[in-house]
Amino acid sequence: METKSEQFKHISREESAGYDRKTLDYIRNAAAHGLYEIRGLGAKRKLPNFDDLVFLGASLSRYPLEGYREKCVTKTLLGTRFAKKPIELEIPITIAGMSFGSLSAHVKESLGRAASELGTSTTTGDGGMTQEERRSSKTLVYQCLPSRYGFNPDDVRRADAIEVVIGQGAKPGGGGMLLGQKVSPRVAKMRTLPEGIDQRSACRHPDWTGPDDLAIKIQELREMTDWEKPIYVKVGATRTFHDVKLAVHSGADVIVVDGMQGGTAATQTCFIEHIGIPTLAAVRQAVDALEDLNMKGTVQLIVSGGIRTGADVAKALAMGADAVAIGQGMLVALGCNSESYIQNGQHLSAEADYAALGTAPGFCHHCHTGKCPVGITTQDAILEQRLQPEIGAKRLRNYLKTLNMELTTIARACGKQNVHHLEREDLVALTIEAAAMARLPLAGTDWVPGMAGY
Amino acid sequence: MERMIFDLAKTPLRALNQFLHHDAKTGSIEKVVVLNPDGAHNIAVGLDCPVEVEVRGHAGYYAGGMNKTGSVIIHGSAGTGVAENMMSGKVHVKGFASNGAGASAHGGLLVIDGDAGLRCGISLKGGDIVVGGSVGSFSAFMAQAGRMVICGDAGDALGDSLYEAVLYVRGKIKSLGADTRIEPMSEADLAAVADLLAQAGIEHAPNEFKRIASRRELYHWNADANQEY
Ligand SMILES: Cc1cc2nc3c(=O)[nH]c(=O)nc-3n(C[C@H](O)[C@H](O)[C@H](O)COP(=O)(O)O)c2cc1C
Ligand code: SF4
Repeated sequence: METKSEQFKHISREESAGYDRKTLDYIRNAAAHGLYEIRGLGAKRKLPNFDDLVFLGASLSRYPLEGYREKCVTKTLLGTRFAKKPIELEIPITIAGMSFGSLSAHVKESLGRAASELGTSTTTGDGGMTQEERRSSKTLVYQCLPSRYGFNPDDVRRADAIEVVIGQGAKPGGGGMLLGQKVSPRVAKMRTLPEGIDQRSACRHPDWTGPDDLAIKIQELREMTDWEKPIYVKVGATRTFHDVKLAVHSGADVIVVDGMQGGTAATQTCFIEHIGIPTLAAVRQAVDALEDLNMKGTVQLIVSGGIRTGADVAKALAMGADAVAIGQGMLVALGCNSESYIQNGQHLSAEADYAALGTAPGFCHHCHTGKCPVGITTQDAILEQRLQPEIGAKRLRNYLKTLNMELTTIARACGKQNVHHLEREDLVALTIEAAAMARLPLAGTDWVPGMAGY
Repeated sequence: MERMIFDLAKTPLRALNQFLHHDAKTGSIEKVVVLNPDGAHNIAVGLDCPVEVEVRGHAGYYAGGMNKTGSVIIHGSAGTGVAENMMSGKVHVKGFASNGAGASAHGGLLVIDGDAGLRCGISLKGGDIVVGGSVGSFSAFMAQAGRMVICGDAGDALGDSLYEAVLYVRGKIKSLGADTRIEPMSEADLAAVADLLAQAGIEHAPNEFKRIASRRELYHWNADANQEY
């Protein structure tokens, strides 16, 4: 006797590439909420990046430096074009602008302490300068953003350099946002906003439009500071070749180019994943622009967006950057996405707090909620206790030191006595995409896609 | 107390500004007169002491920018961003002002006797602005705090995405921006307008002004968020 249950049942499990689970989830979420997703951190999709490059190292044709005995200089000068007091750093690895508001005051202090110990700079962000960061940072770059939240001439005078922010890699063409949970009384006061509102900031500067105006704005900042302080211009990577040229024409001392992988504290996902070009492509365009204007070495280039390791730093420098800036890497060093946090000398589990946000360690991008399970991107009085400045500063110092040791290791292996001597000739690409974007030969060949007619 | 004269036809702007930042702070200088400004940009930016600067002619961009406690009077017109990000003190434009006048000012008083261009008082953060004439479109865009008194007319999208700043307009308003509405004038509003007009030396009856403030409906991201349908 044949029963129904014995019949062959076919369950189709063919996943659609176009409508994969991620897309289904996205559409359902959109249908339920009628609002785009806002999140933190950077692009999550796979992009051509510095991992797709390798160094050639020294051998018979070039000789390496002895790892421990021979000196390898890491000193870095920024702002030598017009400023009377250029920025002098011990290492070419700087801390990117991240606002107080998105980060807790403890984090700001940790960043300042670690940067000062290692002889590098840290940067304010959208929302003004805090006492904590000014006090703890030997070299502090003060951002001038479209919103001008908390922008204060006294802080301009207190700063070591000024960074005019045109855009960020995570959202070129977009303004900042800070959701209500993070607009605490202190943040609200600094930004002159009602407490608890969902803050949306302008995407254009209020007092200038276009490169001709920017030139006058930069001059204003110079006049204001008696031509002492370097003026940086930060752009999100899009039409980088042209943007860098315009920034140079506008009189910038230093140009910061932030690729699409760059982190953010809160931005629409469609912005993070779909606007802007990868850092790898942007560095090459930026260097091309500087070389085209014969400004390489006169105007310095800082590159950011997905710099995680010492190898990334070395590759950015070899491509022509003078320094890098790091955001997300600093957060991870502080404990972002880690299972636990340290309080009173003990490791305590944060897993339940990740679960409450609908995520888990390793997958979190919930900085916008202000409920950071490890106390980094929060304004909550209880959560922020999960990151103490002493511990934070120590972790950051270790991270920065490691990056710098890796950088000098690579530079020595390439036979360089100065990390700034790393050059494009030291690099080859592992993929065709990376070769084309970075305009480097594919490893083992002399083929540079797009060059010599093919 | 001394009076200093800077002739910008002969002296570079940098010398004037450095003088204002350093020598003027000693307190022995009462007034600095600027001759032949000829539309130069960045005149008297970053004042940090109660010095008085008199500009005899037209100023370019950012005149009196980031002023703190100083006083700047321009006997002529001013370019873009006059008194931008002022913290305190006073900037008085006897003629007209271009775009972005008083942008992001945190404090102080900006008086413009004539008309102001586009985006007057954009991102205002606590400063006061009195315009004797009319203002262009997008004025008080995203203005967060502070007051604007407009004795003439206002262009399109006045007060778009306004936060807590309050605007008073005597003439016609071409259109209001998003999240903005006309509200009744209270006694406090009448007194505020009277006081600001008096400070500006402009005569009008306060009851001729309308009050414009935020509806506060954009303060929170889409009120429907997190509601399942
Ligand atoms: C939490 C957080 C806050 C940020 N806030 C700002 C900001 O206020 N202003 C700004 O120009 N960039 C801001 N950024 C971007 C960083 O300055 C930088 O461009 C970016 O983090 C670099 O890429 P990376 O995160 O991959 O290192 C922020 C980034 C993060 C992660
Ligand atoms: S752990 Fe904190 S800092 Fe890291 S992604 Fe989550 S909320 Fe952001």
